[in-house]
Amino acid sequence: MRSSLTPARCLGAASALAFASAPALASQEATGASAPDASTGLYYISMATVFMLATFIGIGAIRRVSRLLHTPLMSLTNAISAIAVVGSIMVAGAASPETPLSVRIMGSVAVFASMTNIISGFMITDRMLKMFKTEGGKA
Amino acid sequence: MNTTFLIASALDDLRSSNMLKYVVELAYVLAMALFIFSLHWMSDPKTARKGVFAGVWGMTAAILATWAKGEVTQHLWVLAPILLSIWPGMKLANVPITAVPQRTAVSHAFGGLAAGLVGTAEFFHWYLDANLHAEMTPFRVSALLIEIVLGYLTFTGSIIAAGKLQEVKWIPQRPWVYPGQNLVNGIAAIGAVVLAVMIVMNPTAPLAPYYFGGVIVLSLIFGPMLVLPIGGADMPTVIAILNSYAGLSAVAMGFVLDNKLLIIAGALDGSSGLILAIIMCKAMNRSFTNVLFGAFGQVQAAAPGGEQKQYKPEAPEDAAQVMAQASLVVIVPGYGMAVAQAQHKVRELYDQLKKRGVTVKFAIHPVAGRMPGHMNVLLAEAEVPYTDLVEMDEINPDMGQCDVCLVLGANDVVNPAARHEKTSPIYGMPIIDADKARTVYAVKRSKNPGFAGIDNELYFLDKTRMIFGDAKAVVGELTKALAGPGAH
Repeated sequence: MRSSLTPARCLGAASALAFASAPALASQEATGASAPDASTGLYYISMATVFMLATFIGIGAIRRVSRLLHTPLMSLTNAISAIAVVGSIMVAGAASPETPLSVRIMGSVAVFASMTNIISGFMITDRMLKMFKTEGGKA
Repeated sequence: MNTTFLIASALDDLRSSNMLKYVVELAYVLAMALFIFSLHWMSDPKTARKGVFAGVWGMTAAILATWAKGEVTQHLWVLAPILLSIWPGMKLANVPITAVPQRTAVSHAFGGLAAGLVGTAEFFHWYLDANLHAEMTPFRVSALLIEIVLGYLTFTGSIIAAGKLQEVKWIPQRPWVYPGQNLVNGIAAIGAVVLAVMIVMNPTAPLAPYYFGGVIVLSLIFGPMLVLPIGGADMPTVIAILNSYAGLSAVAMGFVLDNKLLIIAGALDGSSGLILAIIMCKAMNRSFTNVLFGAFGQVQAAAPGGEQKQYKPEAPEDAAQVMAQASLVVIVPGYGMAVAQAQHKVRELYDQLKKRGVTVKFAIHPVAGRMPGHMNVLLAEAEVPYTDLVEMDEINPDMGQCDVCLVLGANDVVNPAARHEKTSPIYGMPIIDADKARTVYAVKRSKNPGFAGIDNELYFLDKTRMIFGDAKAVVGELTKALAGPGAH
């Protein structure tokens, strides 16, 4: 049988992720710069650890998604992967006055594209999920 | 008035102290947890809507936290595109359910575009400012290149996929192949890798932006090259793979920007696409490489046998009589049902049969339709209770007790040749055992073979009767015939 992913295990995994992030935060503090110390390469290994753990959590969670819901699942993950909006906002609204206009425009277009995905992704997922009813008409 | 002032001064205090940094990072951790819960709740239709709310709150937390960072001060550049995105976002959220595969492809294109643009913007931001050259570590530049390759490839590839699904005229429906295709693709891939390596070795070289432009152009070309050779029946796999790419480009962006939230959310999306693609491939008994490079559908090896096979047509009225006597009717929907938009008529037929005490189930093959779960959503839209939508593996053991199997616009997924015909391109593909039912009615638009271009053995069995016509019209007639005798 598939191993079950209980909310408690989710939390456990999430805290594992938080621990994996801790060295990164610490290194940020130590150098005092906004960019962490990249020369050691250790930082990137902690990032890779986060990636690996998140992939396993993702695979565990997705495997348990009912096949009924694969279409809404796709639009939901679509909206979630529009988290690229975070990077886009940082590029579009960057504080530095020297940022070239072309860079800002690219960032803004990226914000537009991601926000469109976020809005449409979550809305259509909810719209589809509302349709799944049992005999009595309950969702 | 006082409150706004208080909030503003509180924010200033936060910024000047180190507090804000922690608040932002904690908001990111919260968003990560909410995204994981969001996927977790999708495991059951009962909790699934909670999952959407978790996702919305996670995203809201992430956006607000990013915006509150001291690094973002040019608010108009952020606010304007957000306001502009509301209208197209609502528009795309309210497409007809039959257009959901296209919408999904379009949103993959948007996701890819965003990743590509952010990568490009970051590169030039660093390149043009000599103070930032130190940021261009080999690792980061490599991640950035992966980000833009995946981003731009997903962008153009998804546009082609959306065009195919929308059945736009200038995009061929049949797989588009030419001799030496894989060789051309291979050379282009090597070219992109060589350019990428040159950029990583010396990202501040005067020629680096030109190499960078070369990588962008090659990635933009790659998308169509990957999707054009793939036939309509393979669309579910392609959509899932593009989904995965869009997620992985967000992961790469996370590595570039040192942002773990991006890595985690991207990894969740990437693994989702991967799992779906694997499920689709298994359901067709094909490998990844075979789907991507095999150009399914033009290999029609099996020569037509000497015997002239004959269809046995039947009128809908007669079929309705047999169905009315049945105790278990299994309906196998396929892409044909979606094309004919017959789902609401199917629901009426379902109601009529239920009224007569007939048990009706729907047998859903994993690759029926044009995207994972396509049939389920269509039937759910028509308000068929989801408890009557049954997966292939669960319905097959019951097919022996099935009195009537109604094949509605499905073809390859019920072809018994997949079990024994070793020369058939679909050999080994798991199928719904429609041929085990006592009587089979197959609704078919025309006498042409299906998408894979293969004759369907099921249609020539002694127990099979063909009903030719548009799925919607045929189902309508069946319903009318069932309602007729009972009405007076």
